[in-house]
Amino acid sequence: MTDRIFGVVGLLLAIGFALAALTINESFLSDAVGPKAFPLIIATILGLSSAVIALRPDESPQWPALGRLVEIFAAAVVMVLYAQLLPEVGFIIATFFASAYLTWRLGSGLVGSLLTGVGTSLGIYVVFHLVLGLSLARGPLGF
Amino acid sequence: MDTLTSLVDGFAIALTWQNILLALLGCFLGTIMGALPGLGPSNGVAILIPLAFTLGLGPTASLILLTSVYYGAMYGGRISSILLNIPGDEPAMMTCLDGYPMAQKGMAGQALSLSGLASFVGAFFATWGLIFLAPQLVKIALLFGPAEYFALFALAFMTLGGVSSTNQAKSAFAAALGLGLAMIGVDTQTGVPRFTFGEVHLYDGLDFLVAIVGLFALSEVFIFLENRHGEASADAAKIKIGRLTPPMSMIKQTTPTMIRSTILGFLAGVLPGAGASLGSFIAYTFEKKLVDPEGKTFGKGDPRGVAAPEAGNNAAAGGALVPMLALGVPGSGTTAVLLAVLLSLNITPGPLLFSQNPDVVWGLIAALFIANFMLLAMNIPMVGIFTRVLMVPPRILMPVVAMVSFVGIYGISGSSFDLLVMVGFGLMGWVLRKLDVPLVPIILGTLLGNAMENNLRRAITIDNGNWFTLIDSPLAIGLWTIAIIGFVIPLIVGRRVKAQMHARRDEEGSLSD
Repeated sequence: MTDRIFGVVGLLLAIGFALAALTINESFLSDAVGPKAFPLIIATILGLSSAVIALRPDESPQWPALGRLVEIFAAAVVMVLYAQLLPEVGFIIATFFASAYLTWRLGSGLVGSLLTGVGTSLGIYVVFHLVLGLSLARGPLGF
Repeated sequence: MDTLTSLVDGFAIALTWQNILLALLGCFLGTIMGALPGLGPSNGVAILIPLAFTLGLGPTASLILLTSVYYGAMYGGRISSILLNIPGDEPAMMTCLDGYPMAQKGMAGQALSLSGLASFVGAFFATWGLIFLAPQLVKIALLFGPAEYFALFALAFMTLGGVSSTNQAKSAFAAALGLGLAMIGVDTQTGVPRFTFGEVHLYDGLDFLVAIVGLFALSEVFIFLENRHGEASADAAKIKIGRLTPPMSMIKQTTPTMIRSTILGFLAGVLPGAGASLGSFIAYTFEKKLVDPEGKTFGKGDPRGVAAPEAGNNAAAGGALVPMLALGVPGSGTTAVLLAVLLSLNITPGPLLFSQNPDVVWGLIAALFIANFMLLAMNIPMVGIFTRVLMVPPRILMPVVAMVSFVGIYGISGSSFDLLVMVGFGLMGWVLRKLDVPLVPIILGTLLGNAMENNLRRAITIDNGNWFTLIDSPLAIGLWTIAIIGFVIPLIVGRRVKAQMHARRDEEGSLSD
C-alpha cells in the first residue's frame, strides 16, 4: 500500500515538474536544445518509474507508531528553530538547547541531558572555534 | 616508468608535515567512524567536508584528509562486526558471518588482527591497481566527446541502480529526483531561472553539500530517534579480545584467499555503480563456493571467511577511486561524496585532472600508501583503543553528529536558509530510506546533473540540433549498450542476489559505502 501511495505522489511530482519546466521563459538567445528539453526528459523518467512503483509495489515497510512520528516531527521542528535562532542567540546557547533536547529524546536522564548539552556545545566551540578558527554564529553576548 | 616518476613526485607532495598529520587524523577518525554503528564512510566523509573547506585546506590536503577517512572507515567497520555481530558499516556486514563466531570461540583478537591484515592486503594492492589502471582509462577517456560523456553519465546511473536497490524502478526514481534537483537555479547556457519559484536563494542552485549532509548525516539521526535506540551496543564486560597475533599457519592458510578476494574486490570496485559492499559480498560468496562448497566451516568461524570479505571490501574501496578520478564518474556512495569535494574546489575530475593537476592525483595516491601503513599500525596493535569507542552510546553521539553537521554547513555559507534546506533533506532522507529508495543515485544526480545536461546540449548544438548524434560513434554505441545491459541484467538475475545481500543489512548499518 505504501508503495502505491508513493508512486502516485511521485507521478504528481513528475507532472508538477513537467509543468514547471514548460513555464520556463525561453531566452531569445538559445541553443538548439534550450533549457526545457532535459528537465522534460527527467520528468518522463520520474513519471515512468513512479508508475512502475505504483503498479508493482514492494512490501510495505514497518511504519513507526504515531508517537514515534511525532517524535521525528518534533526533532525537525527543534532543528528548524535552531536554524532560525542561531544568528539571534549565538552558537553556544542555541547548540546547548538543541543537543540537550536531542539527547533527552534519545533516552538520557535530566542531568545527563544538561551535561551532554553543555559538553557538546562547549566542546564544539573549543575545537572548531578556538582551536581551528572556524567562525561560528555570534550572539548578543559575543559567543 | 613514467608512472613511477609521477609516484615519486607524489610522495614529495604527500610527505609534508601537514599532509602526514592530516592523513593520520583522517585514518584515526575514519577508523572510529567505521567502527561506530550508525556512522559509515559516506556520512563520515560528508560531515567532514564542510570542515575541510572552512579550514581553508587546499585540494590535495582536503582529499588526503577525506580519503584517509574513507580508507579508515573500511578498516574500522569490521571491529563491531567481529565483536558484537553488528556491522559498523554496510561493507562490513559479510564479516559478521565468520568474524562473530570466531569471537565466540575466544579468538576475537586473532579475528581482528587477521582481518586487519586482510584489509591491508586488499587496500595496498588496490592502490597499485589504481596506479596502473587509471592512466589507461584516461587514455580512453581522452577520446570522449560530449555525446560519449552523456552516454557515460547515463551508464553510471543505469548500472548504479542494479546494485544499490532491490527495485530498479526506485533507483531510476532516485536518479531522476537527483537530476531534477540539480536543475534548480539559473540555466548556465541561457541565463533563465528554472524551478526557482521566485526565491532568490535558489538562483545559485541547491548546494550539493547541503543535500549530502542532510541526506546522509541528518537522516541517520532521525532513524535513531525513530527507534529510540540510545544505549551503547557494547559494555566493557562483553568485549574480550584475547591474543592479538594470528598463528603463522592461519596466515598461510588465508594468503590465497586474500589474493583472490583482492582481485575480485578490486574489479567489483572499478565497475560503475558497484561499491565496497558488493566487493565484500562477491569475495565471500566466491571463496565459500571455492573452498567450502558444502558449508562445513564457513559461517562457523572459518578464518578464510573473515579474510575474504575484508580484503574484498578494502580492495573495492581502492577500485572505486579509479572511475572517480579517471572519468569523473564515481562508482559508489563515498566516492560520490569525494567527487563533491573536488567539484566544490573547482577541480573537474576526469581525464584532464591527470594532466592539469598531477600534484592532486599523485599526492593523493602517495598519501593512500602512507595511510595504509598507518592504518595497519592502528588496526592491529592499537585495536584496543577503537573497541572502547563502541561503548559511546548513540544518545550522546547522535546529537554531536547533528550539531557538527550544522556547524559545518553554517561555516561554509553563514546562511540559515541552507540549514533549513538541510533539515528538509534530512527528513526526505528518512522517508526515502523507509521506502527503500537508494540515496546514492540522488546524490550522484545532484552532482552530475548540470554536467550531464551541458554535454547533451553541447553534443546536439555541435550537430545542428540533430538528436541522433548521441548514438553516432562506435564508442557512444558501446557505452549505451553496456548501460542497457547493466540496467536489464539486474531485472532478470539481480533480485535474488540483492535480496541475499540486503537480507543481512542491519538497521543500524550505514546506508551505503
